[in-house]
Amino acid sequence: MSRILLLQGNQAVVEGAIAAGVKFYGGYPITPSTEIAEQLALRLPQVGGKFMQTEDEIAGLGTVIGASMAGQKAMTATSGPGFSLKQEMLGLACVAEIPCVIVNVQRVGPATGQPTSPAQGEVMQARWGTHGDHWLITISPSSVPECFELTLRAVALAEKYRCPVILLMDEVIGHMREKIELPDNYDEIPQAERKQPACAPEDYLAYGCEEGSKVPAMAAFGSGYRWHVTGLIHDETGFPKGTGAATKSAQNRLRSKIEDNVEDIVQVENYKMEDAEFAVVAFGGAARTAYEAVDMARAEGLKVGFVRPITIWPFAEKQMQELAGKVKGILVHELNCGQYVLEVERAVAGKIPVSLYAKYDNESATPAQLLAEIKKAMA
Amino acid sequence: MRQSFRFSGTGGQGLITAGIILAEAALLDDKLAVQSQSYGPEARGGSSKAEAIISDEPIYFSRVICPNTLLVMSQEAANKYTADCDENTTVITDTLFVSEVPGTYGKRVDLPITHTANTVCGKTLFANIVALGAVVALTKCVSKEAITKAVLNRVPKGTEEANTKALEAGMALVEGK
Amino acid sequence: MSVMEDLIAKYFRPGRLPHIWCPGCGNGVITGAIVKAIDKQGLAKDDVAVISGIGCSSRASGYLDFNTANTLHGRALPIATGVKMGNPKLNVIVCSGDGDCTAIGGNHLIHAARRNIDLTLVVYNNSIYGMTGGQYSPMTPKGSKATTAPYSTIEPSFNLLALAQAAGATYVARATTYHVPQMVDVIAKGIAHKGFSIIEVVSACPISFGRQNKMGGPAQMMAWQRDHGVLKAVWDRMDEAKKAEAIAAGKFPIGVLYENNDVQEYTAAYDELIKRAQEGK
Repeated sequence: MSRILLLQGNQAVVEGAIAAGVKFYGGYPITPSTEIAEQLALRLPQVGGKFMQTEDEIAGLGTVIGASMAGQKAMTATSGPGFSLKQEMLGLACVAEIPCVIVNVQRVGPATGQPTSPAQGEVMQARWGTHGDHWLITISPSSVPECFELTLRAVALAEKYRCPVILLMDEVIGHMREKIELPDNYDEIPQAERKQPACAPEDYLAYGCEEGSKVPAMAAFGSGYRWHVTGLIHDETGFPKGTGAATKSAQNRLRSKIEDNVEDIVQVENYKMEDAEFAVVAFGGAARTAYEAVDMARAEGLKVGFVRPITIWPFAEKQMQELAGKVKGILVHELNCGQYVLEVERAVAGKIPVSLYAKYDNESATPAQLLAEIKKAMA
Repeated sequence: MRQSFRFSGTGGQGLITAGIILAEAALLDDKLAVQSQSYGPEARGGSSKAEAIISDEPIYFSRVICPNTLLVMSQEAANKYTADCDENTTVITDTLFVSEVPGTYGKRVDLPITHTANTVCGKTLFANIVALGAVVALTKCVSKEAITKAVLNRVPKGTEEANTKALEAGMALVEGK
Repeated sequence: MSVMEDLIAKYFRPGRLPHIWCPGCGNGVITGAIVKAIDKQGLAKDDVAVISGIGCSSRASGYLDFNTANTLHGRALPIATGVKMGNPKLNVIVCSGDGDCTAIGGNHLIHAARRNIDLTLVVYNNSIYGMTGGQYSPMTPKGSKATTAPYSTIEPSFNLLALAQAAGATYVARATTYHVPQMVDVIAKGIAHKGFSIIEVVSACPISFGRQNKMGGPAQMMAWQRDHGVLKAVWDRMDEAKKAEAIAAGKFPIGVLYENNDVQEYTAAYDELIKRAQEGK
């Protein structure tokens, strides 16, 4: 049985978290993500979970990392300024391989910026925000039902690859209300399982991988497998190792556990692409404009299609390269001064023209505005 | 069939609730709906707006570009939110607060919304539900059954009767004309 | 079990020693006392988590055979809070230096204390940032030399335990690395206490603090602790004039300075909250 509801994107994230089996949330309220904290404060205790409003953004992700070490599925949510503060802990989660989900409902930045207006200015920060080379996963929903589905997926990816997963939203998607059909009962939703050690505790190598896998099994604190977490570069024992070879080998594994699995991680939606000669690329809230602009273009007989990266990081390298072989031009539309377009240009490598429709004035582009840009780019 | 709505007035008039109820009523009628609203300080005292789009087809762009129906419940809202209307827009005004409607629009319907809330239900806080009744009667965007059910789903326990009366009074304002 | 060799064999990770600490450093004494206190409490190794931040003292967690984490500078308490919330059965001990705990981690300290969450925080207070070579911390006594205070510090130091108590800590104690049995006792009591416990251990950093401030070698610094730490029972017998005189001379009380068992512990309060939520209240 299911129920049909009118929910905000932020509320759908909450239901996705409950359905995914998230049992801990630590965070600090910030517009436009606050509804996630408010609703989880209500919902988590109902399912035996815990919500904590922490003293600051850093502690928010800190408590999430701690709860995840203790074996719980854990998440936090924030927005731009808070996402900046969370970068330190994000790096720890990357190097210590602690599964966690970080929702960033983007607003206009930098600094306090425009707290209630939509933007997508953290595309590059999501990838490169914390210091040092690191690898993680970023996914971006474009509808309220997708907020639910991608929260489930974020939890599943975090557990499977032992890395932070960023659910990169924006104010458009976080605050809009639309129809969503939710199961009455979440019991039948498959729960992501963290890989557990198969060996005896005395043989457990906290960062040792089975043959053919780049993701180590992770025992919970208190489970009888005693191990050491550190933000220092470490070897498979989990203890610090200061050699150059150790650094290189650690980084190689952290990279390949993501890069070797792009087929599994990267999702892209194609809309009216079958016979398209020109493609719009957009994600998140900007995608809402793109669907409609493409419909308008089609109504005028223009062979325009739409490619929507659902996975932002790792970058949809193969898909963009294939796209360059299929269409005559690409227009990237994003709510910033041009970030994702840089990656598209890199992948396309000059094969076809790539243009940018950057919108950074507190408002989403209207479909008519985007259509005008499409025509300009096609001309 | 696609219809777009903008409810505007002052923070505290319950217009965001009205927008949500309208969108929920559309779902009860098996239609699709998207609802959005203004956020921040202006929702708490300054001018406030809620928007909804109702359609049988998927709705992608969530914001209202040019509303089919614009409800204005303050003079400030009338001044501010008519800028992007055109000759297809019907403007509904609350006569207690609005005297002038600048800009381009099609039809103008002046209704004693807040006054009716006060006389029928004894409290001005039912004005948003009176307005909803008027909007539904005027546009037929959702069924009477759906809007009644949606109102009852949202309002606090113990206020069902007063809210039903408010909704019916709003419909009567239009149907009586 | 009391012989240190036996305790090392039981509670320290094989192959992780020798430690990185300098000769004369108090960190080993404090870490040894923590292990003795755990042994005294009879806790199973699987039921103990030791979480540390960054700094010399924070390396302690890696040497110990428990569920351990050497986290980020100043951030041991939030991560320990998450561990405790994720598994309240764990006895969570936090090792933090004076810089880690009171400077970069100061905000986390007051809020962990305010919540009265059942963590045992042991502050390794050596009055200096040792690992980075002797910069002053919020616990460096005013007038001390540091590499970042070549003209001596003009900043007053925190009264850490008064701060923690005012913030809501329900067990507050002080020890020194000279008074070892007393240190073991107050750490053990802190572990047993259900609520936020803070134990400040006055320690010596002969290399990065002692040298700059001409305090002599490790033995002299230990002697300083012996001469300045006053047992609480003795301290309490002093009249106000004597206390003022002792404080002026740099003396301080050691022992359990405050304990309140009437404040509900945070994870216990959370269990009640869950019950209320599930009953729809």
